[in-house]
Amino acid sequence: MLEMRKDLFADERDDNLNVVGKGVQRQDAPGHVTARTRFFDDHAFDGLLHLKVVRSPHHHARIRAIDVSAAERAPGVKRVLRGADVPVNKNTLLSLINFGKDDEPTLAVDKARYKGEPIVAIIADSEAEALAARKLVRIDYEPLNPVFDVEEALKPGAPVVNETYPGNYFEYHQRFDHQKLRFGDVERAFAQADHVVEHRYQMSPIEHAPTETNGTIAAPEHNDRYVVHSCAQGLFFSLGTTAKIVDLESNRLHFIGGTVGGGFGGKVDSLSEPLAVLGAMLTGRPVRYVLDREEEMLYGSPRGAERIYVKDGVMRDGRIVARYIRSYFDAGAYTRLSSYAAIKCTAHVPGPYSIPNVASDIYVAYTNRCPSTAMRGFGVTAVDFALEVQMDRLAEAVNMDPMEFRILNAYRDGDMKAHRRVAKNTALVECVQVAAEKANWPISEQARRASSLTEGGGERAQIPATPLDQRGQIGRPESRNGPATQTLPAGTTRIALSKQPVFEGARDSRPTPVQVPRYEPSPRQEAPRYDPAVAPPLPAYQPAASPPPAAPPPTAPAQPQHGAVRFSSVFGTRRR
Amino acid sequence: MARHEGRGMASVNYPIGMNLGGDPSQALIHSNPDGKFTVALSAIDLGQGMKQVSRQIAAETLGVPIEDVYVDTADSDTGPHDMGSFASRGTHRMGNAVIAAAREARGVLLDAAAEELEVNASDLVTDGRGNIHVRGAPSKTITVKATAQAAQFKQGKTIAGRGIFLIPLSAVDAETGEMNPNTAFAHACLVADVSVDDETGEVTVLRMTSAYELGRVINPRMVEQQLVGGAWMGISHALYETPEPYYPNPEHGPRDFNEYLMPGPGDIAPYHVTVLERPAPDGPFGGKGPGEMCANPVLPAIANAVYNAVGVRVDELPITPEKILRGIRANGGVKPGPRRGGAVNWR
Repeated sequence: MLEMRKDLFADERDDNLNVVGKGVQRQDAPGHVTARTRFFDDHAFDGLLHLKVVRSPHHHARIRAIDVSAAERAPGVKRVLRGADVPVNKNTLLSLINFGKDDEPTLAVDKARYKGEPIVAIIADSEAEALAARKLVRIDYEPLNPVFDVEEALKPGAPVVNETYPGNYFEYHQRFDHQKLRFGDVERAFAQADHVVEHRYQMSPIEHAPTETNGTIAAPEHNDRYVVHSCAQGLFFSLGTTAKIVDLESNRLHFIGGTVGGGFGGKVDSLSEPLAVLGAMLTGRPVRYVLDREEEMLYGSPRGAERIYVKDGVMRDGRIVARYIRSYFDAGAYTRLSSYAAIKCTAHVPGPYSIPNVASDIYVAYTNRCPSTAMRGFGVTAVDFALEVQMDRLAEAVNMDPMEFRILNAYRDGDMKAHRRVAKNTALVECVQVAAEKANWPISEQARRASSLTEGGGERAQIPATPLDQRGQIGRPESRNGPATQTLPAGTTRIALSKQPVFEGARDSRPTPVQVPRYEPSPRQEAPRYDPAVAPPLPAYQPAASPPPAAPPPTAPAQPQHGAVRFSSVFGTRRR
Repeated sequence: MARHEGRGMASVNYPIGMNLGGDPSQALIHSNPDGKFTVALSAIDLGQGMKQVSRQIAAETLGVPIEDVYVDTADSDTGPHDMGSFASRGTHRMGNAVIAAAREARGVLLDAAAEELEVNASDLVTDGRGNIHVRGAPSKTITVKATAQAAQFKQGKTIAGRGIFLIPLSAVDAETGEMNPNTAFAHACLVADVSVDDETGEVTVLRMTSAYELGRVINPRMVEQQLVGGAWMGISHALYETPEPYYPNPEHGPRDFNEYLMPGPGDIAPYHVTVLERPAPDGPFGGKGPGEMCANPVLPAIANAVYNAVGVRVDELPITPEKILRGIRANGGVKPGPRRGGAVNWR
């Protein structure tokens, strides 16, 4: 049941809209409810081949030898692919935004780093023949010690999961084994707090469990291109990733998708597109690669499990004065998107509360498990679980009602957030008030009268003096216990504010008729009439035999760059 | 054996449209000669309603009936670049790109109508029912269809628009974590009522009551679909799901929906949602995005309700009967917390 409270924040809206805000039927509803909507797997091709992969049965093992000769001779088998057949057999998803080092093969070559890692792909006339041939592949493994626990993985002497990151942690800023957040002096505040509460929380991994499993159908298209029916959550993200791995220019791939049977973050990784396209390139036939339910469950990447330690200092009157969070994100064997999630988490700390001293250290740790990836709310869902159970404990520690405790500490318009940006457009207080009212949960008159619009800013808008440290330098575990090295003066910022996009007209009203960005009505003039008799002749076609352009001046050797030249490195290791 | 009822709550915010990759969205809009518009995108509809959100935003901005707009997505040959549908960026980023494209197309539309009516384009308004008329003079009018035909066959104008929305990527400071991560926050508070069986350890979610602030609601039915479905996912996270029940022990991997524990129809709780709208200054018509956050408050609210019911804190998800029974035993019995309020007030 959904109820709209139009009375709240009414003066910030113009509700005089025509169709925005109306519950009109979706354009795709008739197709969905009559089962006529076409998803990626609803495209039929003559001569369709089927691809299945051979997966590692070991969590961690050296691959000593691979023998595919029997599989190649099996009935119906058209082609067997190994790592050497993949043009660019090392990638990291966020190379598209120049973040992180290439660390993941499409087909493992020297080592299997998680149970279920693809090693060999078999392309056959039928699924049954591909599955039968899969059993004929002989792989000689030397099992290695695995590591599964994030904190164990970070200890000296732990098995190295992923040689690209030999310390089993993602490297931030080419300096630290974690991402820091520092705002104020948490240590001093803990010393002065009436209560200090510290607990450990553990998020569980979760399956995305989409109705439609991951899959792709790729087929040679006329004019030397490939059409790719994809279930990707990011069409160009997947196109760019695939183009890099199969080493094709992006315009030779024609991706079609956009109608996907559930994703929840599990269709960002391009699990199936590169191998399906490579199969179509090498066989000249359409190739279908679809994960079955068991593969989706076991080897489609899950939500990452985060371990979170929360330490809070709270005063007897209920004010939280300090919060420190240390968290370990379980990336599994490869980075995928965990590096990004940790940054998103850092931005989310300390939750929707105004706390004058905040710090966090977020680690991305590699373990011998299936690589985790994005899932609905990732970087935030787990930390919200930890923070809100912790808030319940804090309320109990100071003997306050949990609702009133939230309202007392809620951030408000004008408060400085821990990532050094001013909060605007806040509404936590009102959400708590409305939920309390609807749930018939009594709160005090004072709590009912609180507002996101008042009590914020002023002193709460200040950036406090902040001790900085160099703890956790890459490859230097002894730096872990180092002292603060300097104190950043109050009010310091180092990162420029984002340039805001410019829009003409109000953002929240009906569009003003002629104030349109970028379009300027041209001065009224007679449209030129096309008259073939007087039209200038078209320029003569120039064949491409013109003399070659002068050689460019010598420059530094170009760094390998795929996709996004428009981005600089964001916050991680610059790619080499 | 007894069942113990308990109440817990949680409040959260959620970042809408992360800037950390600087990822832009583009949209193209054009009209056919009958004044019917096609919006070409590369956004992905995962069931969340990306097509319909884009369609409503386009129709509103163009000033034409919703039936006259269809969204075509995603074909990389015709749809312009978009990073994808994730990180609660669809409505916010793509919605803004669609507005920019629709404004440009609307500009041409009104320019063409002005030429037909021999008036100034700045004096024209649309009625959202397929007509354009002079402000304050409804009789001085032309249909969108007649305008499109004149533009195509008489004036030689393309009624079309391009849109992009980009907030440049944010650097992140290595030592302080300073950054410009996102531009808007959505908010929520949720109350869970549960019943805990002290003999079996089983938790039943009796009902949930929440308030969500989501900026402008573009389509309330689709918001409801997201919030209710997401809350069920939250129940599942809190009480049922995991491929590795003894994490970090990797064993016990379920292979299908028979082995993977999820709530069934009988486990779904009645749920009341109240929606507040504080428009985001940079959102499309003030919209934010409910897609990701809708499970987040459910997990801690249920954990807190279990504690309120029987006095057991479960800090490792999921909250299984085994963990509850072990907790009750460790505490030397059930330790109920204070009662919080009376019957729900959903009317």
